[in-house]
Amino acid sequence: MALSLRVAAVATLASLPLGIFTAYALARWRFPGKQLLNGLVHLPLILPPVVTGYLLLLAMGRKGFIGQYLDQWFGIVFAFRWTGAVLAAAIMAFPLMVRSIRLSIEAVDPRLEQAGATLGARPAWVFATVTLPLIMPGILAGAILAFAKAMGEFGATITFVSNIPGQTQTVPSAIYAFLQVPGGEPSAMRLVIISVAVAMAALLLSELLARRLAARAGGS
Amino acid sequence: MLDVDLRHRLGSFELDARFTAPPGITVLFGRSGSGKTTIINAVAGLLKPDAGRIMVDGRALLDTAANVCLPPHARRIGYIFQEGRLFPHFTVSRNLTYSRWFTSGAGQPADVSRVVEMLGIGHLLNRYPQSLSGGEKQRVAIGRALLSSPQLILADEPLSSLDEYRKAEILPYFERLRDEVSVPILYVSHAAAEVARLATTVVALQNGKVIRQGPAAEVLGDPSVTPAGAREAGALIEARIVAHHDDGLTEVSAGAVHLLLPSLGQPVGATARIRIAAHDVILSRSRPEGLSALNIVPGTVHEIRLGQGPGALVALDTPAGRLLARITRRSLRTLELAPRAQVFAIVKAVSIAPADVGN
Repeated sequence: MALSLRVAAVATLASLPLGIFTAYALARWRFPGKQLLNGLVHLPLILPPVVTGYLLLLAMGRKGFIGQYLDQWFGIVFAFRWTGAVLAAAIMAFPLMVRSIRLSIEAVDPRLEQAGATLGARPAWVFATVTLPLIMPGILAGAILAFAKAMGEFGATITFVSNIPGQTQTVPSAIYAFLQVPGGEPSAMRLVIISVAVAMAALLLSELLARRLAARAGGS
Repeated sequence: MLDVDLRHRLGSFELDARFTAPPGITVLFGRSGSGKTTIINAVAGLLKPDAGRIMVDGRALLDTAANVCLPPHARRIGYIFQEGRLFPHFTVSRNLTYSRWFTSGAGQPADVSRVVEMLGIGHLLNRYPQSLSGGEKQRVAIGRALLSSPQLILADEPLSSLDEYRKAEILPYFERLRDEVSVPILYVSHAAAEVARLATTVVALQNGKVIRQGPAAEVLGDPSVTPAGAREAGALIEARIVAHHDDGLTEVSAGAVHLLLPSLGQPVGATARIRIAAHDVILSRSRPEGLSALNIVPGTVHEIRLGQGPGALVALDTPAGRLLARITRRSLRTLELAPRAQVFAIVKAVSIAPADVGN
């Protein structure tokens, strides 16, 4: 359980800056390959998770075409480590996060950002003082959704980092493991209830924030 | 001093405008689609024109020949937008001092209290923009622009989203701005009454071209320049307040002529700018008698401009200054009016609305 929380929290926090950046690029910029980036971001949502996990193994595994250099040059290994579970969870949760943040960025009136510029703020400052505060509810909602998704991620995780108790065994893989042994059902049920509670809480919280965002966008 | 020289093409619309804005309020006056907003956005740096030069007191904001195009944040302008554009996540107070984070010398506490007092927004400081009325929002927007210590103030139809009552509430603040702030103000408008009250200088625009520029009374008194249509035409005269009478009328003198108007707030001795709408002026060849209208001004016809329809605009030279009268072509024939003809202009006192009179 603690491992699952840690994996989901790290996955969410680490991918947040990239998520905001990607969402901003998709919402505001026009550049060649935008549709390709959009497709790439959303791919984990559509692909069977096992496929994503296998692709991760091919790319980031010890012998993978990226993983082997990471290992050789930096000594960073993802496969069959808890960091690998973080990577898998982050990638699977990324589309949800980006979608939510992108919607909130599109709801920001660019004319307010122009107003900031005429008052002397450089683009980075306009982002920090106008855009970011206005999209904060969207960011929070996206982060909560991503966190919930990361908590529940199973397919890609088990394919990429397997199911090693204490190392890579998250709540879903633990439930799966309990269900494989006779008499494991009560333990599995306990974890199931916890999962449902966490997911519901996250969903309600994100719904609440989305409503606040809508109210603010309408009231300005 | 602001010098603007711009060329820009947008689809089939072509802008080619050149004008100079001295201190005071320079109004870009024209119908929608005449290029007013394109010009003001180019000055602000929100739009990059195809070619041109914009200079403020000798500093180039844009010079396409020298490849200079400052970004908006480096232009030191205060832009008052049509819809206010206050930051919804900040209180009024933080909206006002927003520029303090970026511009040295902007939003000093002493300036803040002076501007807050001038705009009468002291009681709003801790509120959020959502809870303000349209007029209050616009006053805060004016304050925010002023407090960025701008070298040029831009205003894009700042009153057009307000009803008549709110307009009357805000107009005096722009008059104070004109008289108290030393930087040039570029003001976009399509409303003749607003122009008459505020403008020091008028730049009349039509289809992306400047058709006339000069002091307000001169441009507004020219019957060939009616960017808002002949229906909206009206001359501007400057008058001094002579007396307030018991029956609710104020007597003013313009040139050698005394006029009676509905009571004004200004004290005796103060000057007033009075707009006399062309359609409120009646012409007569002889001095009329037994007439209810209080103001009868002798003059000579200066110029006659025939309109598209049955109407005509007649410009008169009177001791009070240039007046415009809008009459029918039929009356023109019946009265045998031609340049240099002697006429009397008749203006009903009550036709001059308080909104037509400014400081």
